[in-house]
Amino acid sequence: MAEISWPWQYNFPPFFTIQPHSETRAKQLEAWQQLIALYLKTNKQSTIDIRESQNSPLFNNSSINRKLTAEAILTILEDMAKSGKAAPVDKSKNVWEVYWHSLDEWGNMIYNWASANGMNNSVCTLFELREGENSVGEEFHGLDTNILIKALKSLEVKGKCELMEFDDNQGVKFF
Amino acid sequence: MDRFEYIDARLFDGENYVKRDKNVKIYDGDDKTQFVDGEVVLTSHRILWGKPGDIPKGNVCLSLHLYYVFCIEEESGGVFGLGGPKRIILHLGPSLPGKRPGPAVVSLYHYIKLSFKDGVDAAFYKALSDAVANKAWERPTQLTSLTINSPNASPRSVTPVSSKMRSGIVGIERSIEEQHRATDASISVAFQDLTKLMEKAKEMVSISKNISSKIREKQGDISEDDTVRFKSYLMSLGIDDPVTRDAFRSDSEYYMGLALQISDMMVAVLMDCGGIMSLADVWCRVNRARGLELVSPEDLLNACKLLETVDAPMSLRKFPSGACVLQLNSQQDEEVARSTTELLEQHGRLTPVKLSQLANVSVLLARERLFTTERLGLACRDESIEGLAFFPNLFLTTT
Repeated sequence: MAEISWPWQYNFPPFFTIQPHSETRAKQLEAWQQLIALYLKTNKQSTIDIRESQNSPLFNNSSINRKLTAEAILTILEDMAKSGKAAPVDKSKNVWEVYWHSLDEWGNMIYNWASANGMNNSVCTLFELREGENSVGEEFHGLDTNILIKALKSLEVKGKCELMEFDDNQGVKFF
Repeated sequence: MDRFEYIDARLFDGENYVKRDKNVKIYDGDDKTQFVDGEVVLTSHRILWGKPGDIPKGNVCLSLHLYYVFCIEEESGGVFGLGGPKRIILHLGPSLPGKRPGPAVVSLYHYIKLSFKDGVDAAFYKALSDAVANKAWERPTQLTSLTINSPNASPRSVTPVSSKMRSGIVGIERSIEEQHRATDASISVAFQDLTKLMEKAKEMVSISKNISSKIREKQGDISEDDTVRFKSYLMSLGIDDPVTRDAFRSDSEYYMGLALQISDMMVAVLMDCGGIMSLADVWCRVNRARGLELVSPEDLLNACKLLETVDAPMSLRKFPSGACVLQLNSQQDEEVARSTTELLEQHGRLTPVKLSQLANVSVLLARERLFTTERLGLACRDESIEGLAFFPNLFLTTT
């Protein structure tokens, strides 16, 4: 578990109760958003499974004996979805993808890396992207496959790449 | 015997001779008196008794005003009632001040008897009862002449008293007449002088309401115009028509109107007394302000419930203890929030129980205070298995 500097709110018990006062609540949710993004980024994770993460230190501060309820986590994530920072994977809304970078940002990041490594007009597997030696140190290294694909799709829309499948592998060609 | 007066046997202006009889003896109650073997003269106003010859000469005689007599009856002389009625019993009202001196100052009895040696003349009895019933002394011409003469000015003021002494339908009719006369007098006095009018305004309004309701009863729906006209007359006199129940079609409209009125009325009052007032006090104030058309407690309660829907700056608040208050929305909350915030900053974390101890209020009231403070954004809540607690709102204060 990577070291993360918890913000002051993390040790403030009311932080773990969704505030009814609208102004207060807005501030609270904003703070949660930033904390979640920071945590996931630090731990190189992109998804949250509500059912499992209640015990994660992110949502559970044992030192003050406070944790977010599942409902509270859902509220936060839904709020993040409004600003495009998160999206549910399925209708059950148990698993969420969190875009601590937006899909566009990911797409641009990957494209820039691809260009910098002279991979234009060549094909690259997703495996290579995610876990290849070349991409170690990149932010998108170890990125969740689904998110990667979505990011690449957004690039595809811009005409900068093309997704393709071959031999049980998925690959992408950069232009 | 104390109702009799000694007076010259002369007729007053307007007084007419009716009948005479002789051999008449007077009894005071059941007791014999010295006044025996006399003549009795019945006039339209009085009965005169005198020794034979005195009355025609105009000498001093006994005079009894007929307005003292409220009832007469006949009595038989003998033990066995043989020979027809011999006496007339006159039941008298109390002696009135201003009476001239008579044979007695006080009397044990409230009736006298005229004993007729020759028996009661039926015509005399009838004439007497007619004279008593006619009340000639109550006619206006009589009154003015009497005041000019003023041998006995008391009849004018005496008459209402004597009319009350009369029982039966006649008495009731008289009293109604009196009321009408008083109303008339009241109206004429009222319109002579504006300041008097202002005093009389209340009476005017009630009288007009009575009249309008009477009209309504008699004529049914047609008279809406009349009642409307009446109300417009009143309004032109400057008397406000307060919100009344019958002015509205349905109850809820009435309550809305009432809520608006209460809200207008109570804003100033509430600001004076710290922003909060018990509903009983509110009721007293509202009714005092309205003056005439009073509001029942139920109506007030129902109207207060609607205060929020009419966007009034105050609202009805029911405490868990059951007490209802009317509270200014702005005033009280800010005060409470301010003081609670101070306490929060002192102690860092407050539960309702702790606050109730600090602020010396009940736990439920303390809860309300914390909620209020939270509502104003000065506190934030912490819900956990430990219970509900509040902290100063660092979310908003910390940048």
